[in-house]
Amino acid sequence: MSYLTLALALIFVLIPILLSKTLNLGLEKDTIVAVIRSTIQLLAVGYVLQFVFDSESMIFIILMIMLMIFAATHNARKKGVTIKGITWKLVSTYVFIEVLTQSILLGFHIIPPTAQYIIPISGMMIGNSMVLSILFLNRFTAEIDTHQDKAELILSLGGTPKQAIHKQLITSIQASTIPTIESQKTIGLVQLPGMMSGQIIAGADPIQAVQFQLLILFLVLTSAVVTSAMLGFLSYPSLFNNRMQLLKNDKNT
Amino acid sequence: MTASNNTVIQLNHVNYFDGDVHILKDITGSFPEGKITTLVGPSGAGKTTLFRLCNGLISPKSGEIYIKNKPITDYEPTTLRRNIGLALQSATMISGTVFSNLALPLSLQGKQLKEEKAKELLRDVRLDEEFLYRNVKDLSGGQRQKVSVARTLVNRPKVLLLDEITSSLDRVSQQDIEELIVKINQKYRTTIIWITHNLQQALSVGDYTWVMMNGEVVETGETSLLDNPQDERVKQFVEGVNV
Repeated sequence: MSYLTLALALIFVLIPILLSKTLNLGLEKDTIVAVIRSTIQLLAVGYVLQFVFDSESMIFIILMIMLMIFAATHNARKKGVTIKGITWKLVSTYVFIEVLTQSILLGFHIIPPTAQYIIPISGMMIGNSMVLSILFLNRFTAEIDTHQDKAELILSLGGTPKQAIHKQLITSIQASTIPTIESQKTIGLVQLPGMMSGQIIAGADPIQAVQFQLLILFLVLTSAVVTSAMLGFLSYPSLFNNRMQLLKNDKNT
Repeated sequence: MTASNNTVIQLNHVNYFDGDVHILKDITGSFPEGKITTLVGPSGAGKTTLFRLCNGLISPKSGEIYIKNKPITDYEPTTLRRNIGLALQSATMISGTVFSNLALPLSLQGKQLKEEKAKELLRDVRLDEEFLYRNVKDLSGGQRQKVSVARTLVNRPKVLLLDEITSSLDRVSQQDIEELIVKINQKYRTTIIWITHNLQQALSVGDYTWVMMNGEVVETGETSLLDNPQDERVKQFVEGVNV
């Protein structure tokens, strides 16, 4: 695709801007900012990837992955600021997901150990893990606020912090992973995944594209459940002090 | 009331803040073992916060709390809370049936509550056995309060902290619960500390009384003090409530 052809694709940016202006939706500024940012970011990433692929250096691959983990952590931590040490809990989760998935993929020779495979798959894993952690933290903090009285009831009857928070923890893990599991049930019927579509458009054999897409789907499934569960079990102890008291619970007089 | 071997809970200069708000101000006093002490006072006096401190749900910002002459921090929190039972006015329930709520204190210890024992608890709080498998969503406020009291009794606590547990009950049910609590106190020598807005109730069941206002203990003594308070603010409060 030439840059001229790509420029023609801007028609698809004009449509929402015109609609927003006509219907007074007030989305023009955000749309323009989003388009400019995504264009610059993707082009920059394209050049960086080209450099890393050409260099074939493991150091650059690791640096790219670290950058992804840093960006994902920076974005997700805003949703869990009430949880003490959330930054390191997120970093630990993303590193674990990355190590787990790449160990299996490289260990069993499912993919070759080259930047061309490691970086895009890492991006998808860490990106998916970031979305899952945001969903989980959103739900978990809301559950704690809403059901603080139930957690305190269990503590007051002699329950442990884990028992006090168990219901909220399980509900949050379930709620954050359901979209991933449900979307996989209809994949291929309702929507064709982006990576598979991209490969087919680029001229790849559809069956090979499907095989790679299945690999990604299974990885996404693992990263979804592991992210929520790991983040949950790392986070809940921070909600209590060493006297097994729920922190920030002083609401009755 | 001064600290002695008969004291079950002793508070020394206890202060508690919620953010910048001074909820409990230099509270000093004790609760005698095996007796019924009522806590009276207007809303917002800090009574429920005092209960939460005694149950170990929160800690004072300064001052000390002693349980049986040992600092509260010397007790393992779960053991402390099983021995100092707390029943709150809100009567929070876990979702499920009355039975699952009654079974909760034991299930937290990996034990099971026998159905016969659960029925006995319901009879104690004057609830019909047919309520056992009813969903708690279908209970009235008063019925929830009864289940909450029954649930607190499952741990056989040595001290019972009761926070306005009869506020949603009709007069007959109130008397039933009062009789039950007095019976528990006499039979097991369980120490009862009871927050109530009903001064008649305080006079009929209590051995001792604390009057709390604006985070302070204004007057303490035998419950008869409510008939003849010394402090002017307590006089006004008692007259306002109209004993």
